[in-house]
Amino acid sequence: MKVPGKMLPKIIGFIVRKPVTVLYPKQRLTPPETLRGKMKFHLDRCISCGLCARDCPSAACTMHEIDGKKRPVFDLDYCTFCAQCAESCPKDAIEMTSEFELAHYKKGEAIVK
Amino acid sequence: MGRVKLPIGPQHPALKEPENFTITLDGERVVDVDIRIGYTHRGIEKLMESRTYTQNLYLVERICGICSYAHVENFTQNVEEILGIQIPKRAEYIRTLFLELERLHSHFLWLGVAGHEIGFDTLFMYTWQDREVVQDLLEMISGNRVNYAMNAIGGVRRDVSVEHQKKVLQGMDYLEKRAEYYKEVAINEKTILARAENVGILKTKDALKFSAVGPTARASGITVDIRKDDPYASYLDTPFDVITTNTNDVLGRVVVRVLEIFESIKIIRYLMAHLPVGEIVTKAPRKVPEGESISHTEAPRGEDFHYLRSNGTEKPERYKVRTPTLANLPALAEMLKGTYLADVPIIVAAIDPCMGCMDRVLLLKGNEKPGELVDGERLRRYSIKWFAERGWKA
Repeated sequence: MKVPGKMLPKIIGFIVRKPVTVLYPKQRLTPPETLRGKMKFHLDRCISCGLCARDCPSAACTMHEIDGKKRPVFDLDYCTFCAQCAESCPKDAIEMTSEFELAHYKKGEAIVK
Repeated sequence: MGRVKLPIGPQHPALKEPENFTITLDGERVVDVDIRIGYTHRGIEKLMESRTYTQNLYLVERICGICSYAHVENFTQNVEEILGIQIPKRAEYIRTLFLELERLHSHFLWLGVAGHEIGFDTLFMYTWQDREVVQDLLEMISGNRVNYAMNAIGGVRRDVSVEHQKKVLQGMDYLEKRAEYYKEVAINEKTILARAENVGILKTKDALKFSAVGPTARASGITVDIRKDDPYASYLDTPFDVITTNTNDVLGRVVVRVLEIFESIKIIRYLMAHLPVGEIVTKAPRKVPEGESISHTEAPRGEDFHYLRSNGTEKPERYKVRTPTLANLPALAEMLKGTYLADVPIIVAAIDPCMGCMDRVLLLKGNEKPGELVDGERLRRYSIKWFAERGWKA
């Protein structure tokens, strides 16, 4: 049956259907639990081994000496949110949260310590 | 009227990615095509040599935005082969699940792009809406819609829970219903038939001669599928059929892809019903012993081929990628010959080209001015001078 308009009933149906998208800042979709967002760093668990910085593929995680302790500092401007640092950490000192709204005005503002 | 040479690209409104087609026209007919590539070379292979295997997991994924998982699967298979480790059965099944989910979203995406190229944007909107279902499933399991960061050397990084399995099966039910609809539309809708039937003919003997891969070859009646020919992950235990058609045209490529959606759904249902219990990752050492390895997978676009040479350190010595688009380009040049100029966009789209992942080397050749190698600093100084000469502030 080679007639045009095979899709017509569907198209007409779309006139009365609600849009699939939501009006973002007012309505929000809940992200899945597995989402890899901004990381949380637990200083008390850190043993300064530097494995996180060694495995980071984008050099977002670097080791710095702060208050006499070597510890990682995360620059989210470079971060690709692969969560390799959290996986490499032998003491579970790095935790990925599902916080994803990380827009900021200036370079170097999004730093997790 | 004599023959006209029409250059399309590197920058052209009809092209999504930079590449150059010099089309020789006789009236409206295409007589000859000269394809020039290499405009999006990113030097990923060279960059890989300076990174550890763990870091490369995330770099290799970024070769392609659509079939990213096929690349990372190849990379991990290569490393695991040299290391000589066997990954757990459950990890194999989860990898296959991701490979198939990726094929689903890629085929839905392609169907939309094909619709867009023939001016049938309704189809484009429909399929991309359905593609969201797959994207949501991928995000639910891996935490990201593209670049899933799912593989580790020796297994996978995240497990599939019972709840995930239930949602995946629900998603498959919905997608099967939609795929039924597209199957009917692709075969009956006049808009598609008028533009796709007997367009971009690639005869079986030409497809063999130019070594076409993936759906392009299968639409020319060649039974080639790496999943069947050289099973990897868990394809050996998974029942599915290789879809082929013998119409040799763009419509055949549409039909192959639509029917492959059903096969993917079948595979995913099997995987979810037979998911083995157990570990998902085996521990792998950081240093990889000296050795060489090749790996190929059936990416949504065709055979994806990777080569790795290791030298006993934490970093690879040499890495080489050949993506399916490169394998299909000689066949594309053949397909374009003898068609009308207006059919060129849909024929190019029919091989599902991904120029960004194809460009592996940059060659300076031909009768152009000899090139000059310039480092970053010299280029910067040159640009400052260039702007200053014109009285602009750099």
